[in-house]
Amino acid sequence: MTEAMDLLLNTSLWAAVLRIATPLIFGVLGALLCERAGVLNLGIEGIMTMGAMTGWLAVFLGAPLWVGLLVAALCGAAMGLVHAILTVPLGLSQHVSGLGITLFASALAYYLYRLIVEVGDLPPTIEPFRALEIPLLSDLPLLGPVLFSQAMPTYIALFAVAVMAYVLARTPLGLAIRMTGENPHAVEAQGLNPFRIRIGAVVAGSALMAVGGSFLTMVAFDSFFPGMVQGRGWICIALVVFASWRPGKALLGALLFAFFDAYQLRLQTVVEGVPYQLFLMAPYILSIVALILVARRAEVPAALMTPYRRGER
Amino acid sequence: MRLERRAHAPLHLVLLAPLAAICAALLLAAGLIAAAGVNPLGAYGEMLRGALGSRLSITEMLTRATPLIFTGLAAAVAFRAKLWNIGGEGQFFAGALITAWIGHTLAAPGWLGVPVLLLAGMAAGALLLAGPAYLRLRFGVDEVVTTLLLNFIVVLFVGLMIEGPLRDPLAFGWPQSVPVDSSFRLPDLIPRTRLHVGLLIGVAAAGLVWLVLARTVFGAETRAAGLNARAAAFAGISLPRTLMGVALLSGALAGLAGSVEVLGVTAGVTTTMSPGFGYAGIVVAMLAALHPAGVVAAAIFVATVFVGADAMSRATGVPSFIADVIVALCLLTMIVALLFTTYRVRR
Repeated sequence: MTEAMDLLLNTSLWAAVLRIATPLIFGVLGALLCERAGVLNLGIEGIMTMGAMTGWLAVFLGAPLWVGLLVAALCGAAMGLVHAILTVPLGLSQHVSGLGITLFASALAYYLYRLIVEVGDLPPTIEPFRALEIPLLSDLPLLGPVLFSQAMPTYIALFAVAVMAYVLARTPLGLAIRMTGENPHAVEAQGLNPFRIRIGAVVAGSALMAVGGSFLTMVAFDSFFPGMVQGRGWICIALVVFASWRPGKALLGALLFAFFDAYQLRLQTVVEGVPYQLFLMAPYILSIVALILVARRAEVPAALMTPYRRGER
Repeated sequence: MRLERRAHAPLHLVLLAPLAAICAALLLAAGLIAAAGVNPLGAYGEMLRGALGSRLSITEMLTRATPLIFTGLAAAVAFRAKLWNIGGEGQFFAGALITAWIGHTLAAPGWLGVPVLLLAGMAAGALLLAGPAYLRLRFGVDEVVTTLLLNFIVVLFVGLMIEGPLRDPLAFGWPQSVPVDSSFRLPDLIPRTRLHVGLLIGVAAAGLVWLVLARTVFGAETRAAGLNARAAAFAGISLPRTLMGVALLSGALAGLAGSVEVLGVTAGVTTTMSPGFGYAGIVVAMLAALHPAGVVAAAIFVATVFVGADAMSRATGVPSFIADVIVALCLLTMIVALLFTTYRVRR
């Protein structure tokens, strides 16, 4: 028992929390942006896979890491555009289209990977993002290694939370996005185009999801393999609900989730006699429990999953 | 120019939609095959030959189609009522696990044991979906996320069981469960092939589901709940009861898929026994426009793509993931094609 407590005092645990949370932060922000505009994007799991593969591939083929991030974002945006076209102007079922995007994007990522990359006994690797020690601050005890010795994408993720919170709450653009998710008819009455706002939100949100996926191959690991996203996308969808569609709470949810994930990984090494699968299950079970806890007071965007058609009420 | 809702979807359009969708998907995938430096027509020819070219390959394809019929029916039944059961994969494994578990210890003659095991598999799948359905009805928790997350939980649980209590000591360390008693194995449909009577059970299940959906009060209530939940409730249909009934039926069908696969093909359970039968079932259901009879045809098509792609990959070097690409594209093109059956373009 004391060993389990000791783990909590280990700075490497807390540094890992932020690292594990990063892809979730990108993913949950992306999903939140889509849903705030009224479009559920179940393509997230596949879009993250696509981002993980394309970002890695660009670097593998010789591009700098930053270009890899950009490539991932663009490929995610392209997938998002397909989802947006199917669900916004065509008004098709957001559930089915999203699942279709997930199946398509992951299959396409695996196909292109096999086609372009020669895989031997071991998957080929790239030189990933390294931890960026921020001068002076990284020397602080405790806080230094946890907060100020992360890879650059982690800092971007935290910055993105602040940007998303500011844009959604304090800018005319944010107001338009939120309004489109609540009442697209009112948006139209204001002289704005709800179709464009929804398409834009889904495309931008999908780009964020893909960047989250690329974190897995460009920071956390250095290679790509099928099935590596492992439900992180679905967990992001759960986290959006948990966060009541608010960026700040989404950050909190992602950190909380990452804490349990990092902790169970370390618990496995000190607790004996418990099958490791039980530990691996914990994050998924936790997500379901979190959904139940918040379900009663969830403030769902009123027009979420309702396709907007001109002149139809 | 604008879209106008049709009062009735004409039959020829409903039949044409999946064909158009499949053609569009194959056309789009042809670009990817060409990118691999292979002539798409030649590749598709190899696919057809690989899946339908010989007696053996046809039986392999039908063996592959069998679980897809069940998972396709499971998705079709649920989607009709707008119950988004994405947990077919988990329910498949739940059915498979319980079947192997009981089937290893049960002491009963085959004629009694097989129905018991099939029912046990159905019960496991049904219970697994009853949870998310209850959470939706009681707390308003979205069933998409819960059923998806349960897929991961169930596969981990299967892993736990086959490395622990259900480990097969004769499998030389290969993670595999103990096999079911040989008296419970489903008989072969054609001798010396893997094709088993599960196919007939699948076709019978499709017929039965059709009958239930088209000819019973429950079927009508299901359709009403899916078309307009508020109107259905106003008409006196109990939504919770209907949705729970749909969940039990859908889960049972997906559980049956796992049960039949164990009794007919694998005998034991492994975590890799399903190449995504649950997820492919969603595509099957959509290609069938959620119609039980169409599910059988769509399952055969999807199985043809998967079995054919393996052969094509061996012959041409095109990665076999092309099958997943084609199947996923079919889902996307099908929902667009369905749009033309429910709407028409007016100038």
